[in-house]
Amino acid sequence: MKPKVLQLFAAGINCDRELAFAFRCAGAEVEEIHIRELIQNPDRILDYQLFAIPGGFTYGDDLGAGRILSVEVVAFLRDTLLKFHQQGGTIFGVCNGFQVLVKAGLLPGIDGVDVSLSWNDTHRFECRWSRLLVDPALGHVLPANSILPAGSAHAEGKLVLAHPEQAQTLADADCIALRYANLDGEATEEYPDCPSGSEAGIAGLISPSGRILGLMPHPERCLSEQSLPDRGFGAWGEGNTGIDFFRGLLSRYLSQAETTVASS
Amino acid sequence: METQAWRIELELDPSRPDPVGDSARSALSHRGLPIEHKVRSGRGFLLPASLSRADVDRIASQLLADPVTERVKVFEPGQADSKGGTTLLVRRLPGVADPEADSARRALSLFDVKVAAADPVQCFRIFRVEGEINSDELVRIGSRALANPTIESAALGDQPVHPHPVPSLRKFPRMEVALREADDVRLDLVSKEMSLALSTLEMRAIQEFYVAEGREPTDIELETLAQTWSEHCKHKTLTGPVCFREFAADGELIRERNFANLLKETVFDATRKLSPEWCWSVFKDNAGVIAMTDEIGIAIKVETHNHPSALDPYGGAGTGIGGVIRDILGTGLGARPFAAIDVFCVGPKDFPRDQIPPGTLHPDRVLEGVIAGVRDYGNRMGIPTVAGTVIRHPGYVANPLVFAGCVGEIPRDKVEKLVSPGDRIVSIGGRTGRDGIHGATFSSEALHEESDTIDSTAVQIGDPITEKKVLDVMIQARDRDLFSAVTDCGAGGFSSAVGEMGEDCGAEVELASAPLKYPGLSYWEVWISEAQERMVLAVPPAKLKEMHQLCDLHEVECTEIGTFTDTGRLKLTWHGDVVGDLPMEFLHGAVPQPSRKADSHRLPLQATAWAQEVPERDLLLKALAHPSCESKEWVVRQYDHEVQGGTVVKPYQGPYGRGPGDGTVVKPRLDLKNGVAIGCGIAPSMALLDSYAGTACAIDEAIRNVVAAGGNPNRTALLDNFCWGDCRKPDRLGSLVLAAEACYDASIAYGAPFVSGKDSLNNEYRVGDEETAIPPTLLATAIAPVNDTKRCPTTPLKKAGNVLLSLGVTHTAGGGSVAAEILGLEDSEVPRPDFSTAPALFDALYQAIQSGYVASCHDLSEGGLAVGLAEMVLGSNLGCRVDLQRIPGADDMPVSATLFAETPTRFVLEISLDHLEAVAELFRTLPWSTVGEVQDNGGKLLIHSGDDLLHQYTITELLHANGASA
Repeated sequence: MKPKVLQLFAAGINCDRELAFAFRCAGAEVEEIHIRELIQNPDRILDYQLFAIPGGFTYGDDLGAGRILSVEVVAFLRDTLLKFHQQGGTIFGVCNGFQVLVKAGLLPGIDGVDVSLSWNDTHRFECRWSRLLVDPALGHVLPANSILPAGSAHAEGKLVLAHPEQAQTLADADCIALRYANLDGEATEEYPDCPSGSEAGIAGLISPSGRILGLMPHPERCLSEQSLPDRGFGAWGEGNTGIDFFRGLLSRYLSQAETTVASS
Repeated sequence: METQAWRIELELDPSRPDPVGDSARSALSHRGLPIEHKVRSGRGFLLPASLSRADVDRIASQLLADPVTERVKVFEPGQADSKGGTTLLVRRLPGVADPEADSARRALSLFDVKVAAADPVQCFRIFRVEGEINSDELVRIGSRALANPTIESAALGDQPVHPHPVPSLRKFPRMEVALREADDVRLDLVSKEMSLALSTLEMRAIQEFYVAEGREPTDIELETLAQTWSEHCKHKTLTGPVCFREFAADGELIRERNFANLLKETVFDATRKLSPEWCWSVFKDNAGVIAMTDEIGIAIKVETHNHPSALDPYGGAGTGIGGVIRDILGTGLGARPFAAIDVFCVGPKDFPRDQIPPGTLHPDRVLEGVIAGVRDYGNRMGIPTVAGTVIRHPGYVANPLVFAGCVGEIPRDKVEKLVSPGDRIVSIGGRTGRDGIHGATFSSEALHEESDTIDSTAVQIGDPITEKKVLDVMIQARDRDLFSAVTDCGAGGFSSAVGEMGEDCGAEVELASAPLKYPGLSYWEVWISEAQERMVLAVPPAKLKEMHQLCDLHEVECTEIGTFTDTGRLKLTWHGDVVGDLPMEFLHGAVPQPSRKADSHRLPLQATAWAQEVPERDLLLKALAHPSCESKEWVVRQYDHEVQGGTVVKPYQGPYGRGPGDGTVVKPRLDLKNGVAIGCGIAPSMALLDSYAGTACAIDEAIRNVVAAGGNPNRTALLDNFCWGDCRKPDRLGSLVLAAEACYDASIAYGAPFVSGKDSLNNEYRVGDEETAIPPTLLATAIAPVNDTKRCPTTPLKKAGNVLLSLGVTHTAGGGSVAAEILGLEDSEVPRPDFSTAPALFDALYQAIQSGYVASCHDLSEGGLAVGLAEMVLGSNLGCRVDLQRIPGADDMPVSATLFAETPTRFVLEISLDHLEAVAELFRTLPWSTVGEVQDNGGKLLIHSGDDLLHQYTITELLHANGASA
């Protein structure tokens, strides 16, 4: 049995096709649901193992990136999502989906840290490839300290903290999943390797449980060597790290599914 | 009494950087208001006065403000900011669309507060100067520097802000226009007063019709005829008779040709003669459709959106891309957009501000605005903007050009549409307002005079999220067979959409049923409004329920406004009263075709006077910095050119993403290996000297772009976009005729049919008493299927030890080239493609690429061989050595010409030694030669002539000159 992914759809989501394709390449069964259908019956989430919010510009990103959808998530889905998470489900958001998870308070999932996503330092939309350094906190998904190439494409991707020292709190709580890295594989806040000027070079956050994860750049755009800027000539790896990432995300359900099949 | 509202102001925390504030500060300085202090930016909202303080606080903190970065100030209804004397508030004029405010209004429902439709929810922008400033100056200069006066106004923060009033309902009885007894003077006056833009000849034809009918026309009938017969919709000039004469430079008449229908005998004729089976739909729908595979077609369309973009670059470019996306959605039964194209022609960067014609924006501001417009619309739509360019020329200062294109995929069985009588006419998407009525003929002055109405809506503001929802609904409705025909609401609004769809059967429309943005529109305004984000569908009655349900789910408004009939007439009612009733036959068939004169005078062009000496070392660096060659990466990186995950040959390439590509390749389906190559060609500097040659070069460039990226030249289709001056003037039309002839010749020679096109023929401006046309501008777009995107080459050098090949012969003609401009060479002979050899060359290159022999490939365009080689270096971290003596055609040619001539149909290829023999066999009948090799030399470009090293360049200086990111 394949792991089951429920992918949210809402006005302005526009990275749904490639995300569903990536999950399918990684071995999942994907269903998509419009938020207006889901809020009629939020418990449907509980029939799945992974709940994903794709990238886009939900409601035009009016009032701030992901803001209105995050208010809807808090109003209609938060309780179910917490229950889903408690029961072992994974919640995943990429780009706008990450902005929604942060603004809905689902990430980083610890107290005492005030996080938001704000305008890039360039105050521009930035579409460029990024190297993401895998933190040991994400070691169950990809090898620690390896590099995940992913396409950054956002204007409001700068992770901001109420106080700079909260970056250490995040690190101590194993909540930093990914940081932007330079060509040498070192974490950086420098433009353009870090396209946004994100504090501590943070590109993605993870909950202490390891099962709520969000990131700004798009790993679903890294599914073959053809997608890489150099088309697989080495500077960006071989192009399959994106699929490894999604397999890693699903791994606990892949093995569970296999176990279930074996015992039945 | 003025309406009151809560006023909420959000400002970034003082510890946060504020790039918007910083750029506002420099914009004010540029306009003559230097400011010593910081400028801080913010956002503001007006909320209904009926809300409680507690609700307002809750909404401000939980919905409007960012909890980490922003601080909130709340002012009670009617209050102002007593310290706001150094704060400028910028807000939209009454009636100008404001999608963000609409989103805020919708989101308020999540907070359990009651907001009536008439209650104000409005947005504004804030600029606060920290410290002393002359308030009057701030308003005066800020109104222009920080606001666009066409759509916005600015005021000081210490004044109360009153919500814009909601207009009141007005009654509009049926209106007749007395025409039957009118003389020509009166006919012209009616046309002018009603902004119909109909000629005397056309007005007479209309008069005759009503004399025969025995009644007077209604206002809405005249408006309908004006829209349907407009140049924009009917292309009267290009499809009409033309008497063409060509004169030699000495004034002697050398050729005459009479056309009964210019386009039909040139562009269309080539397509008709070629008519390959892989063209599924040409020139009859909103876009052309060609085959990608046996089951999947590619729909493509490129539009011009010049005049709105000159007035409001941001809104104009945004609605331009929005419009062409709807063209794709409205092709067949709907194609799914997967790529966008944008080309801008603007004035020079350093154009002196005091020479800008009145009422015109500086080229830099135009460019910034159009880029932002495309970015904000295209990115929100989730359609990657993958191809395009920026052209700078003084001829575009007063009349910039904006081309917006879109490409979609469509299943083969959805390419045809057919309206059946009885189908309901359904409008989905945005509401109807006064947007774009009579295009840009409503000036901003006229708007202020009627400030109680909402005429500033003549300027259109895009609402991409509404269009994205329409897209979502359209594709699902198509796949569930919920409608039998569709078209977009573009120019002419409902009048064009319903008029076109019902042309072969008939239609009845109840105009009062159209949902409106605000009350007070008359019936004819509803009918011709160009409000954005609307599509018109023909829905069979049995499918209506499901259509409504689907739209409800996606929060897309879906309204039945009428029925298609079998009467052959267009019948319009307003609250049940018939206000218009016209036979479709007259509406579509009776437009009189004006006969035009076209004269072309050849310029006395000589051979290009390249110096015999080796050119200065700096010439290459200057060429790389020339506006045509300089890096446009900063533009491309603002567009999400990778959304949908299928952009496999990117506009900027190589390990650092800074090497400019030729064509772009996009995969519409991630699960297939097929892709689509897209390329553009445009050569106004050449066309100014020789319209035929410049047009032919533009077409060759578009085709070599797609071939260089792996596209199939035997399956390449073309699009034409003619932007010309006023073609009622014989010299303007003369150069257009030559361009149309070049289109025909190139199309036939290359076997590349035109499948769609568009023209914009009134691009003139006046300086003093002299009317000047823009340069003759033909944008050629090429599209070709790619069988396996794995094979696609890119431009950056790949591997040391590989050999470099030059393919295609170089000639000395350098008129209109980048180097000729830099060197100040007098107007001279313009290069032309060799139609007899070019097709075989394209085909051989395609074979080489298909066989996997080609490691890198770059076509040579602006800046010639020298710039081409430099670009291959700066896209990589390798270098190369080339020997100019080995370049085909270089014998007895000045080195400058070999390096910088822009002869079309030339490429540089990188090939592994292992493949050299096989490539030699493929190229055996063609002009080609090995010319050098790739070296791991730290990125040096070494230019030799035999054993002599003429010049060498480091990658650092090439990057610096080109303005690429290091």
